[in-house]
Amino acid sequence: MNDDGSEQTQEMDQYLREDRMPHIWCPGCGIGSVLHCFLSALVKTDIDADKVCVVSGIGCTGRAAGYVHLDSFHTTHGRAIPFATGLKLANPELQVVVFSGDGDLVAIGGNHLIHAARRNIDMTIICVNNFNYGMTGGQLGPTTPLDARTATSPSGNYERPFNIPYLAAASGATYVARWTSMHVRRLEQTINEALLKRGFKFIEVIAPCPTVYGRMNRQPTGMDQMRYYQENSVIQHGADPKDVDIDLNGKIIVGKFIDIDLPTYSDLQLRVEQKAFGPEESKGEAVKKKAATAASKSK
Amino acid sequence: MKIWRKALDLNKVKPSRGQIEIMEDRCKGCRFCIEFCPKHVLEESKAFNAKGYHPAQAAQPEDCVNCGLCEMLCPEFAIKVTEEEKVKEVVRHG
Ligand SMILES: Cc1ncc(C[n+]2csc(CCOP(=O)(O)OP(=O)(O)O)c2C)c(N)n1
Ligand code: SF4
Ligand code: SF4
Ligand code: SF4
Ligand SMILES: [Mg+2]
Repeated sequence: MNDDGSEQTQEMDQYLREDRMPHIWCPGCGIGSVLHCFLSALVKTDIDADKVCVVSGIGCTGRAAGYVHLDSFHTTHGRAIPFATGLKLANPELQVVVFSGDGDLVAIGGNHLIHAARRNIDMTIICVNNFNYGMTGGQLGPTTPLDARTATSPSGNYERPFNIPYLAAASGATYVARWTSMHVRRLEQTINEALLKRGFKFIEVIAPCPTVYGRMNRQPTGMDQMRYYQENSVIQHGADPKDVDIDLNGKIIVGKFIDIDLPTYSDLQLRVEQKAFGPEESKGEAVKKKAATAASKSK
Repeated sequence: MKIWRKALDLNKVKPSRGQIEIMEDRCKGCRFCIEFCPKHVLEESKAFNAKGYHPAQAAQPEDCVNCGLCEMLCPEFAIKVTEEEKVKEVVRHG
């Protein structure tokens, strides 16, 4: 039911914790649009919602875990990927989705990112990149473009930023794409495709943070940032990730850059176990059987 | 602009029509829906909503072509677009 007592609902409401709306995100913040794209992509996959788990770290983006009406976990800062890894390995049936910010995934969580990509853990990462640490007041991070002004680089940033798709691809991600939060249709389609694919899938979404980032960089409203994306995005599927760096006010190359099939962590684990314990039985199965026999004996 | 080639079924095909509902108390006035609607259906209301924003409202609801872009863009989950045929069906069949 709405504030005004009417029964009018929005299609995505079934996947939102309505009691927690309105969300905390500022007017013009792009995180809500990205969350909407994720939820509608999920609906279109026919994946059983009870088998989906959304994992976030800390940050404005990290709040998403608390807003979805799906199993979810809001981990500590930077630890969304290790938590998600444990979840996936313990319960391989789950569709694990990490929804978190650039600071959370690439700064404090950067080491987890590269190793999960290297291991090709089967999970989908949606990384909302607003070029700064939004939640804590707009400090610069490893994704802030050169020369951008932030609370901690008032005269301009002189640290070279990461090119996130390049980092993910070089670390071994089998699916790498980038869109902005203005490309809602394409983003939805990409997330849909990623959810249906096995492997470590990484989607970067450039999104406005007008309150603390845009305001410092002559784009004080979400709409200013969206217009910048509209005028400067260049769709280039298959672009070499090393060429997709983002300069302040420069063009943004978007599209699907990598889409390959490689055995996942669990596939390789199974292969080794079958070599060691025979083709029929994996170690996990053997351990489970042993436990079951022990339990039935103790009865 | 001169149309130099016409689709053969141009007169037979009826464009989809959408019925748009805005939960105005969810709106934070970002204008994404207003600026990106390809048919310029939406505008900013002069009135305030409960949170003190000027919410979006449908100025030309009859022009909506049910593309759903406003719904997807809205960061507040405040817009719902339904195909008009479906709306009629619901009314007819309850
Ligand atoms: C261990 C630890 N260090 C620092 C912080 C403070 N902190 C909270 S959110 C955040 C950065 C969030 O940035 P990002 O992931 O980009 O999310 P955004 O708010 O931009 O969406 C930091 C540094 C924390 N909560 N925990
Ligand atoms: S501070 Fe930035 S990222 Fe955080 S809610 Fe506001 S606009 Fe969004
Ligand atoms: S559905 Fe499309 S045409 Fe209709 S109001 Fe929304 S953006 Fe405009
Ligand atoms: S996109 Fe949503 S929040 Fe923004 S103006 Fe339109 S209805 Fe309001
Ligand atoms: Mg950020």
